Amino acid sequence: MEPAAVIFYILASIALLSAVMVIAGRNVVHSAIYLVLTFLCVAAVYILLRAEFVAAVQVLVYAGGIMVLFLFVIMLVNLKDLGAPGVRVHATVSGVLGASAIGLILYLYGRTPLVADAPMQAVQLRPEGGNLQAIGVALYSDFLLPFEIASVLLLVAMIGAIVLARQKY
Amino acid sequence: MAFLGWLFMIPLFPAAGFAINGLLGGRVLPRKAVGYVACGAVLLSFLVSLGAVLGLGGAAQLPAAPGLTVDADAHRVTQVLGSWMPMGRSASGEEMSVDWAFALDPLSAVMLLVVTGVGFLIHVYSTGYMAHEPPPAHARFFAYLNLFMAMMLTLVLGASLPVVFVGWEGVGLCSYLLIGFYYDRMFDEKTRMSCADAGRKAFITNRIGDVGFVLGMLTLFWATGTLDIQGILAKVGGLPTGVCTAAALLLFVGACGKSAQIPLYVWLPDAMAGPTPVSALIHAATMVTAGVYVTCRMAPLYLHAPGAMLTVAIVGALTALFAASIALVQTDIKKVLAYSTVSQLGYMMLAAGVGAFSAAAFHLMTHAFFKALLFLGAGSVIHALSGEQDIRKMGGLDKHVPWTHHTFVIATLAIAGIFPLSGFFSKDEILWAAFNRSPILWLIGAVTAGMTAFYMWRLYILVFRGEERFSEEARHHLHESPRSMTVPLAVLAVLAAIGGFVGIPGAIAWTDGMADRFGRYLAPVFEAGGAAHGHEAVHATGLEIGLMAVSLLIAVSGLLLGWIFYERRPEMPALLAGRLRGLYRLLAEKYYVDELYGKIVLAPYYALCRGAFLFDKWAVDGVVNAAGYVTLATSYISVGFDTYVVDGLVNLAGYTVRGFSWMFRKVQTGFVQSYATAMIFGIFVLVSVYLLSTGH
Amino acid sequence: MPVPPSHILVFSLLLFAVGVLGVLTRRNAIVILMSIELMMNSANINFIMFGQRLHAMSGQVFSIFTIAVAAGEVAVGLAIVLALFRNRDTIHVDEVHIMKG
Repeated sequence: MEPAAVIFYILASIALLSAVMVIAGRNVVHSAIYLVLTFLCVAAVYILLRAEFVAAVQVLVYAGGIMVLFLFVIMLVNLKDLGAPGVRVHATVSGVLGASAIGLILYLYGRTPLVADAPMQAVQLRPEGGNLQAIGVALYSDFLLPFEIASVLLLVAMIGAIVLARQKY
Repeated sequence: MAFLGWLFMIPLFPAAGFAINGLLGGRVLPRKAVGYVACGAVLLSFLVSLGAVLGLGGAAQLPAAPGLTVDADAHRVTQVLGSWMPMGRSASGEEMSVDWAFALDPLSAVMLLVVTGVGFLIHVYSTGYMAHEPPPAHARFFAYLNLFMAMMLTLVLGASLPVVFVGWEGVGLCSYLLIGFYYDRMFDEKTRMSCADAGRKAFITNRIGDVGFVLGMLTLFWATGTLDIQGILAKVGGLPTGVCTAAALLLFVGACGKSAQIPLYVWLPDAMAGPTPVSALIHAATMVTAGVYVTCRMAPLYLHAPGAMLTVAIVGALTALFAASIALVQTDIKKVLAYSTVSQLGYMMLAAGVGAFSAAAFHLMTHAFFKALLFLGAGSVIHALSGEQDIRKMGGLDKHVPWTHHTFVIATLAIAGIFPLSGFFSKDEILWAAFNRSPILWLIGAVTAGMTAFYMWRLYILVFRGEERFSEEARHHLHESPRSMTVPLAVLAVLAAIGGFVGIPGAIAWTDGMADRFGRYLAPVFEAGGAAHGHEAVHATGLEIGLMAVSLLIAVSGLLLGWIFYERRPEMPALLAGRLRGLYRLLAEKYYVDELYGKIVLAPYYALCRGAFLFDKWAVDGVVNAAGYVTLATSYISVGFDTYVVDGLVNLAGYTVRGFSWMFRKVQTGFVQSYATAMIFGIFVLVSVYLLSTGH
Repeated sequence: MPVPPSHILVFSLLLFAVGVLGVLTRRNAIVILMSIELMMNSANINFIMFGQRLHAMSGQVFSIFTIAVAAGEVAVGLAIVLALFRNRDTIHVDEVHIMKG
């Protein structure tokens, strides 16, 4: 067992665990914190997968921006009630669904080897300039249009958010 | 001679009169014109008849005219007008066809002259008698009277039985129309019989007789293969007696109906509901004699059926006696005359039954004279007394209505059979022939003659003599009748007086030429079919004269008795009636025959009619109503079906949709998460299906 | 790559499943949004993994785009939650069901 694999498994476990804590917690703030932890673990997994820039972006945007937003809103909403969720029908159904989905996945995985595992050309290209340069080049050449559209989309979202969250006097 | 070619016009003139008066009478033509048309038509018929009859004498020398056939031996002329029922030839080669044919021979000649002559006089009389009627009724009367004449003449002249039957039925119809002429009046208050009821009674009783006539006609057709009278009579010799008897009896049933013999006489007394001229014409002189006429016409048939002839004689004799007995106690002037008519018709049938057919025809003629005179006289009396008909409320009229009085006396003496008036000769001839057949029949006839004399003299005395018993109101309007009425009375009186001289029996005739001219004239008719038993000169002349004297004696005794009872000792009738109350009642109530008929015949018939009505009401209408109810029930079922089943199905569709939608609404929980659950579930199913099925 | 890709796929799938559970189960709208982020992260992991395996840049590029979109989406989503909170005074999604029926 290589150390990278061990690290991956540890990171994966932590990520999964904290994800479960996100949805299982009573306190919303706790859920937010756990979510941050999940993001960080996922970012670490990205690094393992040699997507360093994406990992950085993940931490920056997700953990830094989105979670801050979450926390702001949590504070604004000012939750007092923590109404214990009773056993609800669809919760039960979802639980069953989720369990059976997971079961199915594991079962399938146990049965047949995945195509994804098929050995490939082990050509490991380390592009010039590292990961960052490669992304930059791709972004501005092959994916220029989506890039621009994404920016427009962000603009629209921003405007939308402002409009929606406006106080109506 | 040419008149013979106009034979067919004899019934035609009155038919035209009927048409003219019927269509134009009440509204267009004035009263006088109606009278002229009616009387003129009959007069023309009389004149043509006279010419034809006179021409008949020289018939043998006639040139054959179109449509005319001459049979010289029988002194007969037949005129064919056209084909009526062409039927071809029968299996035995007989000509079955019936044509519109008229025949003239001595017998129909006598009838023709009597019918048209007396008919004309009565028409003239009617113009005076009916003068007070409103114009429409006035015209209707004369139209019907002319129609009657046309029908009677068709009957007389008919050469084949169906043609005779047309006239037969026609006179029955006219009798009904004329009896019920005063259709809005009551006839008999006691029995609630209206004039219309009387007319119906006459017609229906006639019709019952007509069944016999038709059956007789058909029997003859079946037996002989033809309906032509001469054709039939030629064949009767070859028919078995049974057939002849059957046919003769059946025809006699018809004659009983028409000529008012027992048991079908009951209509004649009630026929007095009609105006008096109707009674004179139809119920004295013409229609009622049709039965006698047809019987005489079919004489050869009867001669071959001795049993039938005996029946005819007995029925005739009994009818004569029976009716005379009722006439003894009647109090209505017309009813007395009506029963007298029935009685005299019985005499005629008696004559035919003993084979004295020419005697029957003779009496027919003389009876027409004096009976018409009696009725017209009675009409004159009624007219003078402003409608009174009860003889108990008359009396002492001899001074007030001289013409009526004197003519009435002559008629009374004639009917009583006093020498030398016409009734004596004709009645005596019948009695002589009856005596030769059977003394018992003679006795019945003689007794009846006595009764006839008695009640007729009674009638005369009560009406014309004695104290005046009529009301003050009647006295006010008391007057002799106008000339239009008295002249016919006078003419008839002359005929009644001298009419008998054509039939002076050989026993007392002063020349051979005078002896029984009438019988000799008619001989060819009766000889043709067989031996005519008109006169059996077997018995000595002395017996004949002796019997004549006896009948004269009886007649005089009757008159005397009547005189005693009603003039000398007027209290006697009441005394006698008190002593013999039962008998008096029986006679006065006409032997309760009408009541008997009512119980025996009418009651069951009415019950049958009621039963039929009830059947119709309950069964037939019940079925119809049931159909209606069934339809109703079906419609209820249909409604129910429609409401519950059809609408139910439609509603069911609605309910189903609602139920399902209620179920499916549950999906719209409003919770976002349940929507998301559903989506995830769906994706999960799809994916797992894909994964599990692609069999990796 | 020491770990077989199928393991990474399993990891991302489990993460996704947890995210789905969170969306379906939690009442709190904010937690639901967080669960959505989890799901997006699992998708990103897939992208990266396959990009790396197939030696294509598009994997990583796409995950950057995904992150950008997620950011925008969270912004708008939270704005909606705020608006909802201001109008209904609750952020529990099972108390907002006027679309029921």
